[in-house]
Amino acid sequence: MKQIVIISGKGGTGKTVIAGAFAALARDKVMADCDVDAADLHLLLGSTIKKTYVFKSGFTAFTHRDRCEGCGVCRTACRFEAVRENFSIDPISCEGCAFCSFICPRQAIEMKANISGKWFISETRFGPLVHARLGIAEENSGKLVALVRQKAEEIAAEKNCRWIIIDGSPGIGCPVIASITGTDCAVIVIEPTLSGLHDARRVIDVAGHFNVPVRVIINKYDLNCDMTEKIEHWFKDKNIKILGKVGFSKAVVRSVVEGKTIIEYSENKVTRTLRSIWRLIEEEL
Amino acid sequence: MKIAISSSGMTLESDVDPRFGRCPYYIIYETENDSFEPVENKSGQAAGGAGIQAAQMISSMKVESVISGNIGPNAFRVLSAASVKIYSGATGSIKNAVEKFKKGEYKQTGGPDVGSHFGMGRG
Amino acid sequence: MVISVASGKGGTGKTTVAVNLALSLDNVQLLDCDVEEPNSHIFIKPVFKSKSKVFIPIPVVDKTKCDGCGRCQEVCIYNAVAIAGKKVLIFPELCHGCGSCTYFCPHDAIKEENEEIGVVEAGEKSSIQFIHGKLNIGKMMAPPVIRAVKKHINKKKTVIIDAPPGTSCPVITAIKGTDFVILVTEPTPFGLNDLMLAVEVVRKLKIPFGVIVNRSDLGNKKTDDYCAREHISILMKIPFSKKIAGIYSRGDSIVEAMPEYREKFRELFEKIKQNKDESSAK
Repeated sequence: MKQIVIISGKGGTGKTVIAGAFAALARDKVMADCDVDAADLHLLLGSTIKKTYVFKSGFTAFTHRDRCEGCGVCRTACRFEAVRENFSIDPISCEGCAFCSFICPRQAIEMKANISGKWFISETRFGPLVHARLGIAEENSGKLVALVRQKAEEIAAEKNCRWIIIDGSPGIGCPVIASITGTDCAVIVIEPTLSGLHDARRVIDVAGHFNVPVRVIINKYDLNCDMTEKIEHWFKDKNIKILGKVGFSKAVVRSVVEGKTIIEYSENKVTRTLRSIWRLIEEEL
Repeated sequence: MKIAISSSGMTLESDVDPRFGRCPYYIIYETENDSFEPVENKSGQAAGGAGIQAAQMISSMKVESVISGNIGPNAFRVLSAASVKIYSGATGSIKNAVEKFKKGEYKQTGGPDVGSHFGMGRG
Repeated sequence: MVISVASGKGGTGKTTVAVNLALSLDNVQLLDCDVEEPNSHIFIKPVFKSKSKVFIPIPVVDKTKCDGCGRCQEVCIYNAVAIAGKKVLIFPELCHGCGSCTYFCPHDAIKEENEEIGVVEAGEKSSIQFIHGKLNIGKMMAPPVIRAVKKHINKKKTVIIDAPPGTSCPVITAIKGTDFVILVTEPTPFGLNDLMLAVEVVRKLKIPFGVIVNRSDLGNKKTDDYCAREHISILMKIPFSKKIAGIYSRGDSIVEAMPEYREKFRELFEKIKQNKDESSAK
């Protein structure tokens, strides 16, 4: 069983569209959407939620007004500006450190277990999908991502799947790390832009740190062929393999609008490139 | 002496789990009389510091040695501070691991063998 | 006035809007708060004049005063403090800098020392004052770096904040306390899905907001319908253009290559001033 994660450093490079294409091309797979902050993969796969689970992480303070005597020690202690003037707690700013709760002389502040999000197991056109939705203002520590990965692994083991296809998180922090660790390959999707290259470099550092082999796909390459060439040279210098270059195509947007993967929507240069990229991945792994 | 082995299940037939901090169970084995008990790992779902929490729990149980697949740097640091001996790289069944340990086939690990967050991607 | 530019989804054009709006106005500060992947500087190309490190306070234990009582470990929610073999071990990467352990130690054995997690750089380009923050690789916490960037806010200027994408706590830290939020989206199911999440956030924070639809001719009408239903003002629509995509990919600004856009961004600013007073926050 092989795990492949699609990441990008920067958002909007086409990560999810490509993950969707791989989901359509691979056989015997489970999908995991680890972009828990803004999960979109389910929109391409025709998914129906079968099970919903609540995700608890950390705590949020809550003041019991009847016990509060207004001494204000909590407000002085709190470093996150989460205690209001009337000593109630602003749940959005509260980081759940419990300092206020420990220090309150009347024990008027209770730490309540925080429901920080939900996770789901869905059935899709292409098999099972594990995905999640982090609550608003919640800390994206990577724990929910780790849970999505774990559940996807369990299902893959049960069903004897050959692949786990992971739509990764943008950025370079904990959620990305939790998307990448223990995978067999991280495919970085990059657009031929200065910002794209800048951000990809940071995420490549992260992947290297965790010893995950990296491969690259240049997406919408024909929007700037000069930049594409520069990027190709840059990666060749670093000995990082480029799996292929996908051209810009309005058909991709249309396929997204219709809730389909590009593979199902049409047959064109883009799909041919993606098919050959997938063949390369299958051969390598 | 008591040893703790990270385990995927509750019996001696279970496999040694490769992740010390986030494994579902530990088998606490008493080598003097070959008795054992499974202990649930409540740290597995910690946001951060799963290894730290697990290591503290294990040290508080007066365990002399820990056997696991991989131990990250945080757990390693806590176990070392408590003078718990660490043996990593174990695979196969718990039963198997105990026998190898008794025969002295495991070497003590000098340092953590994976970076932090190793187990995070796998929950 | 402080305007933040955010979006649920990444890659919708937040930085494009923030940068081009800044270049179209006078007396402006541009703050790039996307500290994990800041890239506004690529377009503004400021001359950097200062660099300061961002620190968070990490507890350090004085072993001569510590008796291993464990009170510090009891009050740490984050597992950043461990007791093993009567020794206190601190794990800085898990520490949120709340100060509990330092305060509750009965022997005054803990004090806080600074640990570097990122940098803030400030510079200038024509009449724009530019500040951005960068989170060091391997560091976990963006909000302290974002707060350090926001400390530079000068309310006498028009301040534009380029926020990180998403809806989790770095975004909240970036947009909290600002006067108006521009939510940038694209008219696709991905864009709409994530716009709805972002709207929830901004409404919870009770900040007036409006929407800009980027690549407005590539997609469907559902975003327009949603905004109409929710009485959300669409401030501007930018159609897809290979020319604009090319300009962006080279790291150039739209308003410099296509001056007609300067007027459009100025109109955008006027609309925002009006909107802020009328307020579409519910």
